[in-house]
This record gives sequence, C-alpha cells and structure tokens, in this order.
Amino acid sequence: MNPVRLTGRASLYLLRAIGAVVLFTLRGLFRLRPFYPRAFAAQLVQIGWLSLPVVGLTALFTGAALALQIHSGGARFQASDVVPAIVAIGMVRELGPVLGGLMVAARVASSIAAEIGTMKVTEQIDALVTLSTDPMRWLVTPRLWAAVLTVPVLVGVGDVIGIMGGWIVGTQSLGFVSATYLSNSWAYLEGWDVWSGLIKGAAFGLIVAVSGCWFGMHSGRGAEGVGRATKSAVVAAAVGILAANFVLTGLFFR
Amino acid sequence: MIGISGLTKSFGDRPVLAGVDLSVARGESLCVIGQSGTGKSVLLKCILGLVLPDAGRVLWRGQPLDAASRPAFLAQFGMLFQGGALFDSLSVWQNVAFRLRQTMPDGPARAIAIEKLARVGLGAETADLMPAQLSGGMMKRAALARAIAADPQVIFFDEPTTGLDPIRARRINGLIRGIVEETGATAITITHDMDSVRAIGDRVALLQDGHILWDGPVAAMDDAPALAGFLGQDPAG
Repeated sequence: MNPVRLTGRASLYLLRAIGAVVLFTLRGLFRLRPFYPRAFAAQLVQIGWLSLPVVGLTALFTGAALALQIHSGGARFQASDVVPAIVAIGMVRELGPVLGGLMVAARVASSIAAEIGTMKVTEQIDALVTLSTDPMRWLVTPRLWAAVLTVPVLVGVGDVIGIMGGWIVGTQSLGFVSATYLSNSWAYLEGWDVWSGLIKGAAFGLIVAVSGCWFGMHSGRGAEGVGRATKSAVVAAAVGILAANFVLTGLFFR
Repeated sequence: MIGISGLTKSFGDRPVLAGVDLSVARGESLCVIGQSGTGKSVLLKCILGLVLPDAGRVLWRGQPLDAASRPAFLAQFGMLFQGGALFDSLSVWQNVAFRLRQTMPDGPARAIAIEKLARVGLGAETADLMPAQLSGGMMKRAALARAIAADPQVIFFDEPTTGLDPIRARRINGLIRGIVEETGATAITITHDMDSVRAIGDRVALLQDGHILWDGPVAAMDDAPALAGFLGQDPAG
C-alpha cells in the first residue's frame, strides 16, 4: 500500500479513537442526572478508601529510599543536609502523585475493566438498559467522579506518609535531629508544590477511571476478551499517567 | 401491540435479519424458534434498541419505537435474560427491586421483591443472598422475579430453559405460563426448546435465513411441513 495512504489511514484511525475516548469521558463526567448516590458512595470506598494501604506503603518506602539516595548522593558534594527538603519537594511534586497514580492504576483500572467487562459479557449491561437505567450514568459517572475526587486525597495522604518515611530513615540512621528534619522539610516547601501534586492526582484519577471504564465497556467476548480489556486498561492508564505527568510538569514548572 | 416491519440487520458481510415482519397482539404469547445463530436474539435486541437495525421499523401500540418513545416502552417492560444477568454486586432482593428502588424507599421495595420471589418459588431467606450463592435454577427464578417486579405489560424471555435440567426447565416453563396468564402480559419468548414452545406459547414463528419462514398457532405446528425439519433436529443446532 502507498505509504502516504497508510499514514493517512493510521492518523484518521488514531484521531477517531481519541475523539471517541474524549466524548466518552465528557459523557461520563457530565451526564449527571439521574445521579446514583449509592453507586457513587460504593466507588468512593472502592477507589479511595481501599487503595489507601497500597498507596501508603508505596509512599512510605519511596520516601525512605529517597532519603537514603539523597544522603548518599549529596555527600559527594557536601550537601547531605538537603535531605529533608529534597524528600519533601520530590514527594509532593513528583513521586507522590506519580507512584500513587500508578498504584491506583494497577489496583483500580484493572478491577473496573474486569467488573464492567464481565457485566458486558454476561448481559448485565443490557439488563440495565431494559431496567430503564443508562449504563453510562450508573457505571461510568460514579467511577469517574469517585476517582477524580479520591486520588488527590490519596496523593495528599501519600505525600505525608512519604515525608514521614524520609523522617524515619533520617532520624534513625542518618543522624538527623527530629525537629530540625521536620522544620527543614516544611521550610522549602511552597504551596504550589503541594497544589500541583494534588491537581496531578485528580488528572491521574480521571485517566485511571476512564481507562478502566472504556476498556470494560468495549470488552470482547468471553474470559479472553475480559482478560484483554483488563490488561489494556492497566497499560493505557500507566502510560497515560506518565505522559500526562510530563505534560503537566512542563505546564506547572517551566 | 408490537409490530416488526421489514427489519434488516447485517454484521459485516453476513446478513442476519433480512426483512423480518412479525406482529404480536396484546396478551398474546409468541415463541420465536430457529437454529442457533439465526438471529433470534438479534431480533430481540433490535426491538429493545440494544442493536440498531440497518432498515425496518418496530412499532409499539401502532407508533414507531424510537429513541424518544423507547423510555416509555421500557417502563412497561420486563426481560428474562438467557444467563439471568443478575447484577453481581447487588443482593437478590436488590436485583429484584432494582427498578422499584428508583422510585420508592427501600422498605416497600424490599417487601415487593420478597413477594415476587415467593411468586417464583423462592423463600424470603434467599433475599439477602448474593447471585453467586444461587444455583442455576434459583438464579433463573430470581431473574424471573426481577422481570415481573414492576408488573410489566410486555415480557421477553430469552432462552428461558437454557442450562437447566429437564425437571427445572419444566418448572420454569410452568412458572412463565402461569405468570403470563395471571398478568395478561404480552410475551415474546426466544427459544429452541420445543417443550418451552408447547408450555408457554399461543403462537410460534420460525426464523430461518433471516426471514420468518412459518408463523401460526402452537396447536398447528406439528402439522406444518415447514417446521418438520426443525422439529426433528437436534435442538442445539
């Protein structure tokens, strides 16, 4: 086939796919009536509360490892004292949102895609329609909003836990005085550092939920179809988070 | 009450429905039979708007059924899916009362759900079970209770006895016949189980090669030459 035609077809396919996902997202976010508070509350628990242990543990070990790395690297140019400030800034700006987002992607995008995909192949989504219920409003909207609202909270909690991870290592093995470590952590932290991380969290939450819902709603038939949907949702969410992180970091800090 | 006129649907190059014409009168119980893959379920999904036909119309009380009129149709409609299609995340009573809970508090909705469960032979103790805790026959009954929970005027049954042993299949057929007679609802049953046709149907239509090949009273089907091949063959197709 003519390479120009091939490129054109691929571009059109890509644009059509992007357009479909954007429309799906807008419909999911803004088709609010009727709103299903029970479904929304269940998703707040599923996506937010139940992700807290994995996000907390990830943040704790990341903060602790970061303190060790910065102390070791900083010693090469007599800058070990910057450990508290770098751990705090690194966690709230970058590692908290990105690693928290990736952990939520692994846990939530897969479960959303598997749940909705199974509902699709067992005709539960058709059953919703016959019960006068719009599947977008009942399945997608609560998940999208729950993820957008809870992932920033998870990121905030993860930031604090990550800083505490650095504090534990700093005071227990690197010789920092507790009060000095904590005051240095806050001293160089600016409001925008925190806000930018929380905004990233909301964006990553949206990416995770859209990936799970999109691939679940477009799942193929049978166990194989649901398995493929689940895998695609996690991969798309992880790549989407890393790409969005690059774009948002460029927008916020250039 | 429901009319289908010139309904056509293809998937890729494969025509499934090639101009289906059919009508069902109020209170009538129609069974649509045909081999596996002849488009019986596609026909049902076209009526419901779950699959968009390429051409043709579906009429409801003489008016075309479209995006604007479909919500009113669905409000008076119940369906028993082939696999039950109970929602995994909801208990049995929440499944049965799914539509009711959108317009009434949980207390009365649960009471109606338990009443409907009793109608299909399930005790109140099943109300708080999850669908995964039910046997195949119980799941079918719970799904039947959900289909009749809002006292629909039209009920569709998609392969109601698939996956059931003969004894349970006979019970489900009896339940369906009883419910259709009690409520006076219009019923369309998609099946390839001739025992179901005899137990449930007033009329039977054979769908083959995208067309309705034969349409007549159940009592006359044994003498219909067009049905001889179908009646004699393996039901699994």
